[in-house]
Amino acid sequence: MRAWFRTGTPWIWLNAGAIALSLVMVLGVMGLITVNGASHFWPADLQQIQLRQTDGSETTLLAEIVRTEEVSAAVLRDSGVAMDKDAAVYQRHLLKLGNRDVYGVDFRWFLDQQLSNYRKPVNAIVIERREWGNFYGFPQQLLQDKQLVAEGDALWPELVKRMARANEIHDQIGDIEKVDIGRINRKLNDLRLSERRLELNKADPATVAAAQAQAAQDRAALDAEYAVLQHQLEQLYAAAKRDDLVVTTAEGKQLTISLNNIVHAHQPNAMSLLNKVSHYFSAIWNFLADDPREANTEGGIFPAIFGTVTMVILMSIIVTPFGVLAAIYLREYAKDGPLLRVIRISVYNLAGVPSIVYGVFGLGFFVYIMGGNIDALFYQESLPSPTFGTPGLFWASLTLALLTLPVVIVSTEEGLSRIPSTIRMGSLALGATKSETLWKVVVPLATPAMMTGLILAIARAAGEVAPLMLVGVVKLAPTLPVDGNFPFVHLDQKIMHLGFHVYDVGFQSPNVEASRPLLYATALVLVVLIMVLNMSAIYLRNKLREKYRSESD
Amino acid sequence: MTQQHINIADTELQLANEKMKLEVNDLRLYYGDSLALKNINLRIPEKRVTAFIGPSGCGKSTLLRCFNRMNDLVDICRIEGKILMDGQNIYDKGVDVAELRRQVGMVFQKPNPFPKTIYENVAYGLRLQGVKDKRVLDEVVETSLKGAALWNEVKDRLHDNAFGLSGGQQQRLVIARAIAIEPEVLLLDEPASALDPISTLKIEELIYELKDRYTIVIVTHNMQQAARVSDYTAFMYMGDLIEFDATNKMFTNPSEQQTEDYITGRFG
Repeated sequence: MRAWFRTGTPWIWLNAGAIALSLVMVLGVMGLITVNGASHFWPADLQQIQLRQTDGSETTLLAEIVRTEEVSAAVLRDSGVAMDKDAAVYQRHLLKLGNRDVYGVDFRWFLDQQLSNYRKPVNAIVIERREWGNFYGFPQQLLQDKQLVAEGDALWPELVKRMARANEIHDQIGDIEKVDIGRINRKLNDLRLSERRLELNKADPATVAAAQAQAAQDRAALDAEYAVLQHQLEQLYAAAKRDDLVVTTAEGKQLTISLNNIVHAHQPNAMSLLNKVSHYFSAIWNFLADDPREANTEGGIFPAIFGTVTMVILMSIIVTPFGVLAAIYLREYAKDGPLLRVIRISVYNLAGVPSIVYGVFGLGFFVYIMGGNIDALFYQESLPSPTFGTPGLFWASLTLALLTLPVVIVSTEEGLSRIPSTIRMGSLALGATKSETLWKVVVPLATPAMMTGLILAIARAAGEVAPLMLVGVVKLAPTLPVDGNFPFVHLDQKIMHLGFHVYDVGFQSPNVEASRPLLYATALVLVVLIMVLNMSAIYLRNKLREKYRSESD
Repeated sequence: MTQQHINIADTELQLANEKMKLEVNDLRLYYGDSLALKNINLRIPEKRVTAFIGPSGCGKSTLLRCFNRMNDLVDICRIEGKILMDGQNIYDKGVDVAELRRQVGMVFQKPNPFPKTIYENVAYGLRLQGVKDKRVLDEVVETSLKGAALWNEVKDRLHDNAFGLSGGQQQRLVIARAIAIEPEVLLLDEPASALDPISTLKIEELIYELKDRYTIVIVTHNMQQAARVSDYTAFMYMGDLIEFDATNKMFTNPSEQQTEDYITGRFG
């Protein structure tokens, strides 16, 4: 035994064990969110099931079986369910019934013994609606202006065609409302602000009068433009309301759904494998590319992805020069002494400050003090409504930049200290000054280390949530921070963020069961996004390393 | 034996006949409190190769670094006395150190090319001086590489990374880099100690060719090398200059017992 210890083999096992444990944990987390997140988009079959209720009456359900678990009889007895057998455990199923407008809830538990006679009717339909969540039922009639157009076998192809039309109209409406009317509103607001500015500056009456006349003219032009758009919108709304679908629920209740309210419909029981696969990928695409609906429990997460990426890029742009310059000063110019040591320790310790503290600091200092002063100086005309004196994209990025600054400083400093002194000497001996040596030889050589710092910063920043809740991230941002209106990037706008979205969907959602798979999917997207950001930074670093490959490395 | 003596006598170099490039007067150098160079007085002749020999830690590299003020970079280093280059004290207050280093080039023990292309390495000094004309740069790069006997080996890959060269090639590249800015003095700090015998031979041949144009000061541990390449030799020991004379005389008939002991390997 002692001989075995002396060979060093136990150490190898211990080290390998630590690695194995880390791997198991990482792969476990990844596996969990991948399986749970990715399986959500697969079109599950709809089951028509006979339900015997506790009072003995029978009814029919049309539902997806979400999952099954075992419960002990004692638990059931305690919750007031009458037991007719004295078995120890019972199976129960969670069914997604949909039709929230009809039943009130769309997820319910049923005991296995209550359910019987499982069937998969081919014509069962899943309708993804813009309101009230999914509808599960059977299509009966397709109406145009309340007149019958198709029913029976002819209905489905006609429905697909008309859904495409309805969606197109819906997109047009969205375009006009968001882009065109948004632009007009912005211009009107600009006009209002410029008038207010003149008023505040106490310009002479002649200029004010001229400006007001000009503004009135501009406003009239914009109003006319708006009226045209408004008319267009009315026409589109009317066109969108043209078609209706008459459906029945499993127990035979009849409902009329406007095609305007349908995002997507499919008949899962009739789909071939190929159809299901293509449906699966288009569902994933919609999840990535759509806006969220229904308090974030339905629809996509595109604004959150976009917000996260924008914020991380902005953070990188802020933190890199700051961190690099600070590190160069600390390593190259500052005189070694107790003061430098204190500064260095302080910088290193900043990395250990809890992130929520940065959030509070960002809110107190950046948002209220700096933002408040910026508003008072440059955006006086829009006060009392704040421009930069309120949480927003720029403050979120700045707070995260501050949070990740120590990481960048530490790795840049390490990179600088690894540059062999012989190379500095070589440059100095050729008559270069210290700063020439620094910028032409030393800093280029240290770029891979700076990239390492940036990689760590990105990984930390993209996953951070707590401080962001205070300085600019919201549950639902109506517009993206980048658009076609000058100045294109709106630093004062609030953004959505994947990390916060996970928190919001997971813990603030009114419909837990509906949002659960979205929670996993969002977490998966966040992890993949961080990986992609990191990979691209690592790729860049390896390129740089190759370029500055040095024997001393 | 007699034959050899006659040869030496024919070509004998006389310190008294030389024009002097560098003059060291009462130089003392302290590292903190310890005296590293004790009152050095030395005159280095123009367009000759002067070798510094001596055991490790005797101060020969430190003395070499005084000529281009590289010791200024060491915080705790303090210097007293004068070093005159063409009669001008390089430790005067008004001296531009960067300008001095342009006139006094230096090659270090370990090859230290920059992480740039071969071309950019050689052009570095010129670019620092603000030369942008592509033709001038091309020409200087070519003549410098030819001057350092490297042109034929690298002319087809001027824009490859300098780290792709072998150690000996890198050292010649560094020499090319130094002579590209046309210094007057070239300081070589054990330039061949990290190289294999063939590369060493090439460097030595190069030194022989360069001495027509530059005043060369070389520090070496290798007695044979000093004997082969230098015209004058200075022997240093424990921060003192023990003896300075024509190389032939030093290696055949040194005036000091210590020198003879060191050269013959009886000590050090």
